[in-house]
Amino acid sequence: MYNSDKVIVGIIIFILFFAMPFWLNFGKAKALPKPELPSDTKECVESREYMRAFHMKMLLDWRDKKVREGQVYYINSQGKFFKMSLQNTCMKCHKSMEKFCDRCHTTISAHPDCWRCHIAPEEVKKWQ
Amino acid sequence: MNVFFSFIITLILVLIPVVGVGLLGLDPLFGIVIPYVAFLIFFFGLIYRIIDWARSPQPFKIPTTCGQQKSLPWIKHSRLESPFTMKEVYLRMFFEVFLFRSLFRNLRADLVGKRLIYGSAKWLWLGAILFHLSFLVIMLRHLRFFIHPVPSLVDIIAKVDGFFQLGIPPIYHTDLFILAGLFLLLLRRLVDSKVNYLSHASDYFPLFLILGIVISGILMRTIFKVDVQAVKELAYGLATFSPVLPSHKIGVLFYIHLFLVSVLAAYFPFSKLVHMVGVFFSPTRNLPNNNRAERYINPWDYPVKYTTYCEWQERFRDVMEEAGIPIDDEWCKETAEAQKQA
Ligand code: HEC
Ligand code: HEC
Ligand code: HEC
Ligand code: HEM
Repeated sequence: MYNSDKVIVGIIIFILFFAMPFWLNFGKAKALPKPELPSDTKECVESREYMRAFHMKMLLDWRDKKVREGQVYYINSQGKFFKMSLQNTCMKCHKSMEKFCDRCHTTISAHPDCWRCHIAPEEVKKWQ
Repeated sequence: MNVFFSFIITLILVLIPVVGVGLLGLDPLFGIVIPYVAFLIFFFGLIYRIIDWARSPQPFKIPTTCGQQKSLPWIKHSRLESPFTMKEVYLRMFFEVFLFRSLFRNLRADLVGKRLIYGSAKWLWLGAILFHLSFLVIMLRHLRFFIHPVPSLVDIIAKVDGFFQLGIPPIYHTDLFILAGLFLLLLRRLVDSKVNYLSHASDYFPLFLILGIVISGILMRTIFKVDVQAVKELAYGLATFSPVLPSHKIGVLFYIHLFLVSVLAAYFPFSKLVHMVGVFFSPTRNLPNNNRAERYINPWDYPVKYTTYCEWQERFRDVMEEAGIPIDDEWCKETAEAQKQA
């Protein structure tokens, strides 16, 4: 092999770069945090599978319908009525932002900025 | 023809996970086995290519230059265009790899009437740089699926990349840039008849494949949401060598994305895409232009068996004396002594 010193440095850099997902975890598997599900109710607005993937779409949809079109209720696939509100519907069942929403969002590095204006349940407690 | 062939192949590749996961439910195969195998092929394939290239001898020093070489002190030396020291070569290489400096000089040639006219053509450079840099940023951002907790640098890149917060979840700027870059590169091959003539299926296929990856990724983020939390479980399991199927089912679109990525990774070392490592082995780029100052020894050179004048003279002494050709013993003695001393 010609220029083996440089080539070996190159191979090492290449391995370090593309194996980043492996060595940045230092090879140990920690349990990913799990959001705390409400204990007093059994069902969410829609099915659990749907909520996990589409809740941000639903929130945006609610925001548009409520704020821009003046509708008040959302009818889910079972025909149940829900008042469209982030604080007064979602957070009435999911009583914590930190233990529910944020547990997922920090693991996946999503940064919803809703709580800059909307008031999280934690925040409410502080002021009472 | 080449275009359609590559397009059909890409479509078939899209359909494989649709059937495999959507109909047959082979999640472990498409979520764990194929990605691992593809990654191994990528890794060892590339290392094999690197070593293969490094073992090939480089007979001559052939840097391509486009500037004044180092000369007399009062002549201005163009250090990047005609590097003289290795430091200058590294600098030139850096700009080549990160900014595609030589592509910036890309020219177009057109026949106007009977005259050949050259003009500047920056489209190729623009498309290439948009595509490659966006790809890099997207790869770094994707680390959020593989690492826990997410490194703050990855977090910052994601925040900057979604700075304008268009939509929920916000669209990343690099997603738009990479699409623009890919379409520019594709259009160039389709529209420019000269490039079109030179394009093979192996030129279109990577473009379609990467377009497939990018479009499936963007659709997954904006319209057909998948359970990203479950994706993290899967990807994190892969990265920590403790693969698990996530506790919730992930949409088929994700498996399309992942399968196309696996195909790309496995195809990479054996296609034109290896130019990623090939660029570092380009003798026209990675050598200094100092031929006159430093002798470059061809590694092919082997000890040639030759006869010196003195040996020759020794051999034909009789014949030479007979023919009256002068014999130069004095000189031979001198050179032999000089060689002994050296
Ligand atoms: C009636 C009470 C109730 C309301 C209102 C409600 N949820 Fe839920 N939510 C639940 C329950 C109960 C579960 C667990 C579902 C299950 O186990 O099937 C859940 C599950 C979820 C999940 C999935 C969590 C996981 O780890 O699988 C998400 C995401 C979610 N809810 C978001 C929301 C959002 C966003 C809203 C407001 C639009 C909302 N929920 C409104 C009760 C509620
Ligand atoms: C099961 C895990 C989970 C839970 C619980 C959850 N989210 Fe999310 N949420 C996600 C994921 C994953 C994304 C990012 C999706 C993506 O990147 O495509 C997200 C994205 C969002 C977004 C879009 C913003 C962005 O920057 O991507 C909003 C808004 C949001 N979530 C609101 C909520 C609220 C409010 C709650 C609590 C009621 C909640 N989520 C609970 C997983 C969850
Ligand atoms: C700049 C401040 C601001 C931010 C940030 C913000 N909102 Fe709102 N949002 C409002 C205001 C103000 C209203 C109330 C309008 C009204 O009731 O007429 C509202 C109303 C809503 C509503 C319907 C009414 C209700 O009671 O909830 C929803 C749903 C909603 N926002 C969701 C979101 C989500 C999801 C996010 C994060 C992605 C978000 N908002 C971020 C200011 C904000
Ligand atoms: C060649 C490598 C890859 C490329 C070019 C690529 C490209 C993309 C692009 C352009 C997006 C759109 C959103 C964004 O930019 O973040 C995306 C999203 C996504 N990719 Fe990839 N991807 C690659 C590899 C992977 C791998 C290996 C995984 C497996 C974990 C993956 C999983 C995802 C998921 C889950 C999304 C949706 C993200 C969301 O909804 O927020 N990608 N991809």
